[in-house]
Amino acid sequence: MEVKDIFIRNMKTEDFNENEYLEEYLKELRANGVNIAIAKLDELINWGRSNSVWPLTFATSCCGIEFMCLGAARYDFARFGWEVTRNSPRQADVVFCCGTIVHKMAPVLKRLYDQMAEPKYVMAFGSCAIGGGPFKKSYHTVMGVDQIIPVDVYVPGCPPRPDAMIYGMMQLARKIKLQEFFSLSERDVADRAHRMEAVAIGASENSQTEEKGGEQ
Amino acid sequence: MTTLISDLFTRFPYASFESKGNEYSLTVPPEKLYETASILKKNELVSFDFLCDIIGMDYGDSLGLIYRLNASAYPAYTLALKTSTGERENPRIDSVIDLWDSADLYEREAHDFLGIVFTGNPDMRRLFLRQDWKGYPLRKDYDASPEANPIPLENEKIEDMETLPVIDLNSDRKIEPEKLFEAGEYVVNFGPQHPATHGVLHLRVALDGEIITKIDPNFGYIHRGIEKMCEAYTYPQMLHLTDRMDYVSGPINRHGLCLAIEKGLELEVPERAQYIRTIIDELSRIASHLLGWGCMAMDMGSITAFVYGMRDREKIMDIIEETCGGRLMANYNVIGGVMADIHPDFQKKVKDFIPYMRKMLKEHHLLFTGNPIARGRMDGVGYLSKEKAISLGATGPTGRASGWRNDIRKIEPYAAYGKVAFDEMLREDGMTFDRYIIRLDEIKESLHIIEQLIDTIPEGAYAAKTKAIIRVPEGEYFSRVENARGEFGVYINSRGDKYPYRVKFRSPSMTLVNTLKAIAVGTKVADLIMLGGSLDYVVPCIDR
Repeated sequence: MEVKDIFIRNMKTEDFNENEYLEEYLKELRANGVNIAIAKLDELINWGRSNSVWPLTFATSCCGIEFMCLGAARYDFARFGWEVTRNSPRQADVVFCCGTIVHKMAPVLKRLYDQMAEPKYVMAFGSCAIGGGPFKKSYHTVMGVDQIIPVDVYVPGCPPRPDAMIYGMMQLARKIKLQEFFSLSERDVADRAHRMEAVAIGASENSQTEEKGGEQ
Repeated sequence: MTTLISDLFTRFPYASFESKGNEYSLTVPPEKLYETASILKKNELVSFDFLCDIIGMDYGDSLGLIYRLNASAYPAYTLALKTSTGERENPRIDSVIDLWDSADLYEREAHDFLGIVFTGNPDMRRLFLRQDWKGYPLRKDYDASPEANPIPLENEKIEDMETLPVIDLNSDRKIEPEKLFEAGEYVVNFGPQHPATHGVLHLRVALDGEIITKIDPNFGYIHRGIEKMCEAYTYPQMLHLTDRMDYVSGPINRHGLCLAIEKGLELEVPERAQYIRTIIDELSRIASHLLGWGCMAMDMGSITAFVYGMRDREKIMDIIEETCGGRLMANYNVIGGVMADIHPDFQKKVKDFIPYMRKMLKEHHLLFTGNPIARGRMDGVGYLSKEKAISLGATGPTGRASGWRNDIRKIEPYAAYGKVAFDEMLREDGMTFDRYIIRLDEIKESLHIIEQLIDTIPEGAYAAKTKAIIRVPEGEYFSRVENARGEFGVYINSRGDKYPYRVKFRSPSMTLVNTLKAIAVGTKVADLIMLGGSLDYVVPCIDR
């Protein structure tokens, strides 16, 4: 499948930005060739998966109110099949990380993420979740959720409008449609593990854990 | 009142007084603090029965505390009781926890930020930061480097959360640490991530069957250190942080901060700006109450009401977006006025909104207020008496539902509130239903205020001219506004620089969680969520 072939209802491919990222992602995924028979089955499964992503309600502050607007009558994300918000991480597919993450909350978010079943995705809503946002100078803010868990889609704004949130969700749907469900257990998990390693290295550089001290 | 206060002050020969308008201040040595506070609370002349806030200060060479006191009988007068201690290593101040119920959380906050130990308060855990946090952030010599406090990888230990640290008055005596919950008690964790806690609030609830016996709120899951950040920002820069505290009534908070700075600068705000500010404040109050109403109804299981509330709220969001440029974060008030003039369609849209909202209010009442299931859950549950409300400092609609007149818009009319006729909504019973219905009544009253102002917005400038670099003259400035949840107070200590020396925000929501702790004991655990909804606190405002 090509990036331009991804069909998202209500929005044309040329209206999307960030196509380069998806093309690179696709190249990486297809590096070892595709099994034709399975590829068709993948498309069918991904069509289903991308249209019924269940979010975990994880709203810490302001962006949570816009997330509530997204669920209410005017913006109504039920149109896209995302409306089944789950309060248990074990039933959710994607974390909507709405709001600032602080030091005290960081282990809680990490634990929730670890409790989710694969395949799982993370969306960072708002400047705080992306990189600390207006609280960059604070002593207690985590400068972006990608310091703790890997992020799939970033939606900027302070807070992002519900329209922007819908756009971000559509981007995630496109990403899901590209994936190979059957070989996900090997390749995507490896990709995730790679990214997690990067996160762990970043964290240890910041905190200078005992482990690193031992090496020296 | 002035003679009463001067009579009262003769009882403190050791103290020094100052007064500026309706603001009095009294400075006492730390060993006389409890005695003074006790007389102020218990005297027969003017009983200062409402402890509004405790402000912890680091003066550089000494640590200090400012107790902001009000008398509910004379709400227009405020008294700042000040004390300071030169001891920085081991500062100790007597606790006033037995005089005011609201003192509990305030003292823990001062302990958390400045390391002051309150002797007599048994609960000296940190309030916002983790128990293993190093340093006291609001001290001027605090080490804010990320190496000192790296991002934790493990959750806080339960033992840390519920063990009360021992304050050894005689260091040679070993005392066993005290546990908050007894060994056999059944403790349920609510949160920190739970959709019904209205933010990231962690409640630890001890149960006997399904009856609540004790609640221990655990804050700090969204503590961003706004007060410390303000000290590094110039005055115009720090305005946007107030929008992000209580984000559902953001413009009102920002109005409060602007008022405090304008007080310091002695800046005259143009009348047009005052009218616009008042209208935007009232619109956001309606939006906030609609959200509060919808969420409370959703907490009781009625999702329809939530969708109805959000639908009407979107109309206000449209109006605010058109004029201010932001939906949720209006970022509209600036020092000396507002950011930009109103949109040409503003008046028309607001005038269309008023009859629409009145019609919808009837529908809301029809949908939910008269519903026998809703009434069955709300009537007779969660009683809060007037005396308790004052002692807890439960301002705003919660206090007014118990019969306490505490509306700052009436007590100290700021902006254009002095020019309009409106009633302070008051109920006597103090039940959950009263706290529910008072919000819908306040929406009606807010519409009445907007109606009087919208056609009479005077011509002129929308903001006063200010200097490029704003330096607030040396001194202390208080301001208070009526937020959708209660009294939002701002304290600025300036040393004549372009940065403030200390900024403190009085969050109305913090005392509301303390109120929940008081009223939920004895009710069933299923009602806890609904009681939280009826108090309508916003957690990021508590944590700051």
